[in-house]
Amino acid sequence: MAIPFSWQLINLLAALLLLIAFAMLAQRRVTALIGLYAGQGLVLAASTAAMARISGLPHLYVSAALTLALKVFALPWLLHRVIRRLEIRWEVEPLINIPATMLVGIGLVIFAFNLAEPISQMASPITRSTLGIATASVLLAFLMMITRRKAVTQVIAFLAMENGLFFAATSATRGMPLVVELGIALDVLVGALIFGIFFFHIRETFDSLDIHHMEKLKEH
Amino acid sequence: MSSSIDGINAALAATTAWLALGMLGLLRPHSVRWVGRVLFPISAALSLVLAGIGLASVLKAPQAAVLPLGLPDLLFHVRLDPLSGFFLFLLGVTATGISIFSAGYFRTGEGTPPGLMCFQYHLFLASMGAVLLADDAYLFMVAWETMALASYFLVTTHHRLPEIRQAGFLYLLIAHVGALGILLCFGVMHGTGWQFTFDAMRTAHLAPGWSSVAFGLALFGFGAKAGMVPLHVWLPEAHPAAPSPVSALMSGVMLKTAIYGLIRVTYDLLGTIRWEWGLTVLIAGSVTTLFGVLFALMQHHLKRLLAYHSIENIGIILIGLGLSLTYIGTGHPALGALGLAAALYHTLNHAVFKSLLFLGAGSIQHVTGERELGRMGGLARWLPRTAFLFLVGSLAISALPPLNGFVSEWLTFQAALLSPALESGVLRSVIPLAAAGLALAGALTAMCFVKVYGVVFLGAPRAPKETELHDVGRWEQTGMAWLAAGCVILGLAPVPMLRLLDHVARLLIGQSLGSQALRSGWLWLTPVAAERASYNPIVFLVLIVGVTLLTFVLVRRFYHGRLRRAPAWDCGFGGLDARMQDTAEGFSQPIRHMFGPVYEMERHLPSASDAKPRFHLEIRDRFWSVLYLPLAGLVEAVSRQVGRLQAGRISIYLLYSFLTTIFLLLFV
Repeated sequence: MAIPFSWQLINLLAALLLLIAFAMLAQRRVTALIGLYAGQGLVLAASTAAMARISGLPHLYVSAALTLALKVFALPWLLHRVIRRLEIRWEVEPLINIPATMLVGIGLVIFAFNLAEPISQMASPITRSTLGIATASVLLAFLMMITRRKAVTQVIAFLAMENGLFFAATSATRGMPLVVELGIALDVLVGALIFGIFFFHIRETFDSLDIHHMEKLKEH
Repeated sequence: MSSSIDGINAALAATTAWLALGMLGLLRPHSVRWVGRVLFPISAALSLVLAGIGLASVLKAPQAAVLPLGLPDLLFHVRLDPLSGFFLFLLGVTATGISIFSAGYFRTGEGTPPGLMCFQYHLFLASMGAVLLADDAYLFMVAWETMALASYFLVTTHHRLPEIRQAGFLYLLIAHVGALGILLCFGVMHGTGWQFTFDAMRTAHLAPGWSSVAFGLALFGFGAKAGMVPLHVWLPEAHPAAPSPVSALMSGVMLKTAIYGLIRVTYDLLGTIRWEWGLTVLIAGSVTTLFGVLFALMQHHLKRLLAYHSIENIGIILIGLGLSLTYIGTGHPALGALGLAAALYHTLNHAVFKSLLFLGAGSIQHVTGERELGRMGGLARWLPRTAFLFLVGSLAISALPPLNGFVSEWLTFQAALLSPALESGVLRSVIPLAAAGLALAGALTAMCFVKVYGVVFLGAPRAPKETELHDVGRWEQTGMAWLAAGCVILGLAPVPMLRLLDHVARLLIGQSLGSQALRSGWLWLTPVAAERASYNPIVFLVLIVGVTLLTFVLVRRFYHGRLRRAPAWDCGFGGLDARMQDTAEGFSQPIRHMFGPVYEMERHLPSASDAKPRFHLEIRDRFWSVLYLPLAGLVEAVSRQVGRLQAGRISIYLLYSFLTTIFLLLFV
């Protein structure tokens, strides 16, 4: 049984998405992390476009274009600016060392696939794996958010999490209404801006972006 | 019919008018003249009117109404029946005296400005009125909590002192724990109908197990407010902290609203009464009584001492109620009616004499500026009227005939002595024990007030500055005189009072007091039968007055009749000074010795070789170390464990939400 080319393309892109998610989990340099984030955005835009082609829904092209503009160009540029201004290059030692994180990540992926199993049974056989991948990348991004110390990397993780959700929305369920997508895109942009402002405030207060210092805020 | 409807409207109008008076106080919050000379006298008149309304409604059939207030589907229900009428009478009579006293008491420059005090005071009064009138759980709880809050602010009038804030917090804490119990009790009692009117609760049929649960919750909740052991700890802290009229109001009336609530829930709403409840109340009451009086004896702070006596008297009331419940539960409603009447009578009596004593304590504090017994003495010389009125209160609380305290305690004894009528051997043996405890408490109370009166008013002044003192003003004297008159009248006219209480008993138990008790004319009080026991206060009065006069005349006639002024108790020794007098601590030392195991004592005795001999004694409440401190420790430990969740690290918080997500994904 030959699977149509565009389906194969989507599966490939989904696999790439998961791979990038793992790469982000393993990456310790902030600039590289932003590059990976942009790459993930590109994959996402491509898969959305492919989905638009298969389903023939024109508004998915719009959301693919939006993803491309926002996640490949605008947000990475914004983040680069921030780290240049804040002079952050390296992530300090993460809370859990990277191999251990990767192992936990594999566990999460298995968990996510198991979880998506009953739902995928109902979906078409081709999108079966995409939902699992989407869930897995959300969980991986969450894991990254937990294990990192710098506020910037946490924000990138947060944005990556949103990517996973977006992938689930477009690939597995053929997209949300355009209005919702526009809203989400705007939210992400505004959210990134707000985070940017917070970075400066955090650094002003603690002279560092290491969230370790925020433990001082705890009431004793 | 229309006149009864008018009764409830009038009661509501009076309650609302109190609220309005409080608001008026806010108009000129700093003017002592406006608040003291205008508002408080009006308030006293209003209280008198309310007392009249209450008295009239005791004789009438219950009247209910629905107010156009409250939540859309949950309107306020009110009802005025003999029970609430009786307590409104109590509230009115006591508040009259206290308001007159307050007119002269409040001055500027002491904590909360008088206008604000006036507002809180009247809010407190109005909420107590609303508690008594409420006919659904909703209005009851709203009024109950308003009462707790208003009194909290009154207690913390001098909120700049940390120990007063502490006392206020303790009071508020226990009040809330108690309110929780009451709320749960109502929750159990509504049955399955989700109707929170008292009418629905009256008709709801509860399984015996559930009704016992409801009773237990009610006893806990109302017991916390009343000061039942072991929930009494707030009383000795809050009463000394509050200004005296407020202590009087709290001790005299607010504790009684808890008794009202207990009676309302147990007799009226729960319906079928079980004797086990009676036994519980009886035991709790006996313990409370003895505990209260034993600790009162050890106090050397006047208002604290009175607070412990409030605990003791609540215990006496609970003994009466416990007897009544036991008798009803075992199928002797006529005896139950007697016990209830005794309890209600004592409720009213305690309201009157304890308010009087607190006002007296307030007067002493105002005049001398002292709170410790050890720094008073010989005050009768400068405060003759206060001394006399305080003496009346002391005699009443010591249950000496012909004053009112005796009548109700005697009635309680009469109820207890009827225990041979019961079938169960256990009850027959427990009740006399309770009666014996009551007798012991009565004697110890008398001893305690001999101590108080002796140390405060007699002897020589212990602190040097007591030489230029003036008795309190007319307002204060009138307020106290009103309450003292109440002590005398309630003591001299027990039969009319008993007739009044008969209406309440008939409403709640459906059973009249023995016909003998009511038929026996004005003079002779015979609760059961003439050959059993009877009491005539007038005869006592005549006898006491007669013997005194006779002695006086005999001494004047047959003794040499010459008058010689010399220092008392000098014994020819000479050089007496104030330090040679017996002190409060010394006077109660034998009791401290006899009941040693009850107290947690820290004592430092001077030895013969000390260069600077020092005597130090501290008596603590055992309940603190046995019950409250472990409880507080437990709560603290649990919160510390919970607090560990708050690591203050973002990663940890994120981990929480991560794990929660995984958990939800896995299981939901």
